Amino acid sequence: MQDFAFAFLNLEIVREAWPILWSGFLYTVALSLMTVPLGLLGGVALALLATSGPRAVRLAAAGWTDLFRAIPPLVLLVFLYAGLPFAGFDISAWGAVAIGFFLNTGAYYGEVLRAGIESVPRGQMEAARSTGLSRGQALAHVVLPQAVRNVLPDLISNTLEVVKLTSIASVVALPELLFQARQAQSVTYNATPIVAAAVAYFLLLWPLVRLVSRLENKAMAGR
Amino acid sequence: MPTTPPPIIDARGLWKRFGKLAVLKGVDLSVAERELVFIIGPSGSGKSTLLRCLNRLEEPDDGSVQVDGIELLSPKTDINAARRRIGMVFQSFNLYPHMTARQNVMLALRKVLGKGKAEAGEIAARALDRVGLGDRMEHYPAQLSGGQQQRVAIARAIALEPRVMLFDEPTSALDPELVGGVLNVMRELRQDGMTMVVVSHEMAFARAAADRVVFMADGEKLEEGPPAQIFGAPRHERTRAFIRQIDRH
Repeated sequence: MQDFAFAFLNLEIVREAWPILWSGFLYTVALSLMTVPLGLLGGVALALLATSGPRAVRLAAAGWTDLFRAIPPLVLLVFLYAGLPFAGFDISAWGAVAIGFFLNTGAYYGEVLRAGIESVPRGQMEAARSTGLSRGQALAHVVLPQAVRNVLPDLISNTLEVVKLTSIASVVALPELLFQARQAQSVTYNATPIVAAAVAYFLLLWPLVRLVSRLENKAMAGR
Repeated sequence: MPTTPPPIIDARGLWKRFGKLAVLKGVDLSVAERELVFIIGPSGSGKSTLLRCLNRLEEPDDGSVQVDGIELLSPKTDINAARRRIGMVFQSFNLYPHMTARQNVMLALRKVLGKGKAEAGEIAARALDRVGLGDRMEHYPAQLSGGQQQRVAIARAIALEPRVMLFDEPTSALDPELVGGVLNVMRELRQDGMTMVVVSHEMAFARAAADRVVFMADGEKLEEGPPAQIFGAPRHERTRAFIRQIDRH
């Protein structure tokens, strides 16, 4: 029991590794603040193309979405960072993460938002257009707000996954939380930093998890 | 010789096909200013499609539509500008559920007419007052009855001061006791001189208020005339059969 506490719950080690863990935590927050908006941007674009473009564009958007949902994000990231230089494209770690998440996360957000847009009755667009709103205005003020509201729990769930997924940035040597925890682990010969990283993820994401539960319960009650 | 003023709505030779099915087969419709025209006919006769061609929510395959002198089907026409002059009310209201009654009315005032927030709010308040909902402005659609929702939808359309109003079965989705309030608002609009084209099964209203009744079947206009003639002495056998059936209800 004492061995367990020494290896996994060692406060002395936490104290020692704190600066490096904290900097990793800040990196993870920064990565999330970059990847979530990028993914949402890609998702909105894909959802709009998939629902209101001409037929060829809709099919292309669907194919694109399928492709990047099927490619593992880790493989995509490694390819961007370590593969593309062979073709003469040198991409920084941040750049690779930005592009990789834009492609991968955008595809997931796109699917969620597409379902949201399709859940809004066609009469909403027609009513808005009948008052002289352009297609873009009708989307922005009438359709998208309802679409987002209808799929809000799914959007937040997806956001949770994105934040967790930022840990793969450790493979391109971005010193985010997991990367720093492993550094601390190898320096201290102790697993406590990994446990600390898990706790940090939990503290960061638990409020969102609660929020999703509440929204889902509310949606069930509203039925 | 007295000259008749040009019609405010002039649709000619409208064709519309959905796949192989021809829903409109060369229909003409012209409406004079301040006229109330009722379009009746069995379901599937193309009357709603005809109405929806008049603000290009439906794109006709052939024909021409002129409203207030604007050629709606011309590629040079700014359809969004044209639609400001053509109000439309739908069977299922289509209010924006995430906005209050007042916000529903304000949206196009702000985004299409470019009014400021305060001015749009005042215009919206006046429009809602006009349909008898001055005390429901801050309610969301879900907090209103069907009849009240439809009156908000009418306010949303008239706030833009359209030249014509199109009504697509405005009372069909309402409980019987709520129909009267909507018809009253339509009657008042009529008294104020609004040009109106109404697709509806409210025959009593048509008899009392319409200047002209158009009977459609199978994508064609079979006959038209004053309500007394269409309801009292229909010429066409299909019209007779339709009116007999409606009167039985």
